[in-house]
Amino acid sequence: MSTCKFQLSRRRFLTTTAAIAAASGSLAMPSVLRAAGAPVKLGVLHPVSGALSYSGTQGRLGATMAIEEINAAGGIKSLGGAKIDAVLGDARSTPEGGTAEVEKMNSDGVACIVGGYASNICLATTQAAARYDLPYVVDVGVADGIVTRGLKNTFRFGPGFGVIAKTALDNLVKINDAAGKVAKTVMIVHEDSLFGSGLAKLLNAQLPSKGFQVLETVSHPTPNRDFNTIVLKIKAQNPDIVIPADYYNEYVLLARTMLQQHVRPKAIYSVLGGAASSYKFVKEFPDAAKGIMDCNHWFNPHSDKALALKKKVEAKGQFFTYEVYLNYSCVGLVADALERAASADRAKITAALASSTWSGHIMPYGPTKFVNGQNEGAAPCNTQVQDNDIKVILPAEFANGKAIFPMKA
Amino acid sequence: MCHPPLPASILVVLSPAIIIPAILNGLLTGAVYALVALGLTLVYGVLHIINFAHGALLTAAMFAAFFAYQFGIDPYVAIFLLAPAFFAVGYALQRLVIGPAAHGDDRNMLLVTLGIAVIIENALLYAFRADTRTIDVPYAFQSIDFGFTFVAVPRLVGFAAVFAVALVLWLIMTFTDTGKAIRAVAKEKVGAELAGIDVAHVYAVTFGLGTACVAIAACLLVPTYYVNPSAGNAFVLVAFTIVVLGGMGSVPGALIGGLVIGVVESLSSLFFGDSLGQVGIFLIFIAVLLVRPSGLFGARA
Repeated sequence: MSTCKFQLSRRRFLTTTAAIAAASGSLAMPSVLRAAGAPVKLGVLHPVSGALSYSGTQGRLGATMAIEEINAAGGIKSLGGAKIDAVLGDARSTPEGGTAEVEKMNSDGVACIVGGYASNICLATTQAAARYDLPYVVDVGVADGIVTRGLKNTFRFGPGFGVIAKTALDNLVKINDAAGKVAKTVMIVHEDSLFGSGLAKLLNAQLPSKGFQVLETVSHPTPNRDFNTIVLKIKAQNPDIVIPADYYNEYVLLARTMLQQHVRPKAIYSVLGGAASSYKFVKEFPDAAKGIMDCNHWFNPHSDKALALKKKVEAKGQFFTYEVYLNYSCVGLVADALERAASADRAKITAALASSTWSGHIMPYGPTKFVNGQNEGAAPCNTQVQDNDIKVILPAEFANGKAIFPMKA
Repeated sequence: MCHPPLPASILVVLSPAIIIPAILNGLLTGAVYALVALGLTLVYGVLHIINFAHGALLTAAMFAAFFAYQFGIDPYVAIFLLAPAFFAVGYALQRLVIGPAAHGDDRNMLLVTLGIAVIIENALLYAFRADTRTIDVPYAFQSIDFGFTFVAVPRLVGFAAVFAVALVLWLIMTFTDTGKAIRAVAKEKVGAELAGIDVAHVYAVTFGLGTACVAIAACLLVPTYYVNPSAGNAFVLVAFTIVVLGGMGSVPGALIGGLVIGVVESLSSLFFGDSLGQVGIFLIFIAVLLVRPSGLFGARA
């Protein structure tokens, strides 16, 4: 039959297909064995567009730099050198944007998520991830509500608001006592949303019992066009210490206006101050930034790894901001958990995070120990702008400078 | 000691040592508001539209001033480059975009300016991200000691420059043919057209002048303020209030209105705090609409 060689019987078709399948199957075997080294997907979630885009972009930079370093150093060894595969997400500066991104990452099959940045975004994204038992490491989000809701999947490596505020007050007393209690009066300038108002309320409640008199508390909106009236008030009240609780732009405007109006209190002391411990501010306005103290996230200035990272970030033309090193550290924390879990299984990673005792990182923290998802070792630092640089002045074991207080007029 | 001593803080606020500097500060801030309002009122007076792109153009001009400084051009020198450049931008916008898109209906023009605002703001956001940029000019922190208060040099320069611009504008409007044509079109569009005035050209010149005002305001703001893609909006809402207070379309109204609003804002933020400082402005806004809808210097409609 002339058509025979062109005709394919059903049986013949099946056998050939089976043979091909078997052949390809056997070819596929090595890759099945190599599956131990299959990349682990890690969600990297930040607000890289919208109002928080600067912070979000910085956070993403820190996380991706950590991932690159881990991969370059041979990946996760207990998983046969598995590489970490970053799944980037944009929270668009809103909780809804963050939640949508968590859903997407979950269906992408990520093993864990790092990021969130803002407290309101973190509150939403951790909860969304909890529904899938998806481990989530909060990079910044200082609101204490994030780790007090009993979510088993949520971990925060850095300190929360309560710890930061308490440290800030204790250290203010310490610095003032060391200088012979020269400061007695305080004036608080704060922006009028949750962050500034909440902090002002807490300071008003706590400062009197620490021996400080709060002369006046002034609030202003964000953005605020002009700080001259506020500075006039500061001048008239003449407080020993000015405590600003503002976001970056307003903080800078306030400090610049104070310099213009020759208002120099004994100290400008802030808690999570928007610009107070920012290299950008120090570089752009060294005179206005001079001497400002802050209690904020900071890296360990004695860590060679931290200094090497700082150099690398600056070589990219970026400032070494807290978003960078916090995210860098959070990815390191996850990599350590993956190493110990020896699995990309979500439950195993969660268990490994919960029992983490990670050390050798770049943060000035005590031993890593998670209680209800909060790292009990986490602590803020007190910094001061000195010689066009930012020095750590407290806690003493991490300090690379001494507090200059009172400031010279 | 649990509460701040209230009487002391009230005494502080009422002392002349703080009220006089606050008023002075209000006048200095108000002058820049006035310049932004001047551009807005000019466009309204002639084209009878509210230019919603005003804030976005101010932001764009602030970016221009910022980048001019990166090339070593001082913001005050940049005035002489950016004012003509933004005049051209404004002229082209009206002549090539707003005018043709309006099809002779004023309401369309309003929507077109709104569209332009959206495009400019988002283009800036796309190109320069939401980062805040500042420049550090050597004189930014210089201030003159008046005995009772310090006044920052850039703010004094701004104050003087605003009056110089207002004077130049007044000279243009009073003595040049273009100025006369603008006034003719503002008064009676059809009549002016019949008399041989090119209305489309006059519209575009007016829009250009308004945009040039914004460019100058931007150069005066940049030494002490910051630039980001939404920076201009903070000034434009106030400018709208000033235009209503001074009288829609009135140049002296915008000038006086700007100074009044500046002082009101300064004093109300002194007495009620900055969070409520805006309340004073908008109380005036409502009061003007109720009592004298045509504004201080506005012609009765």
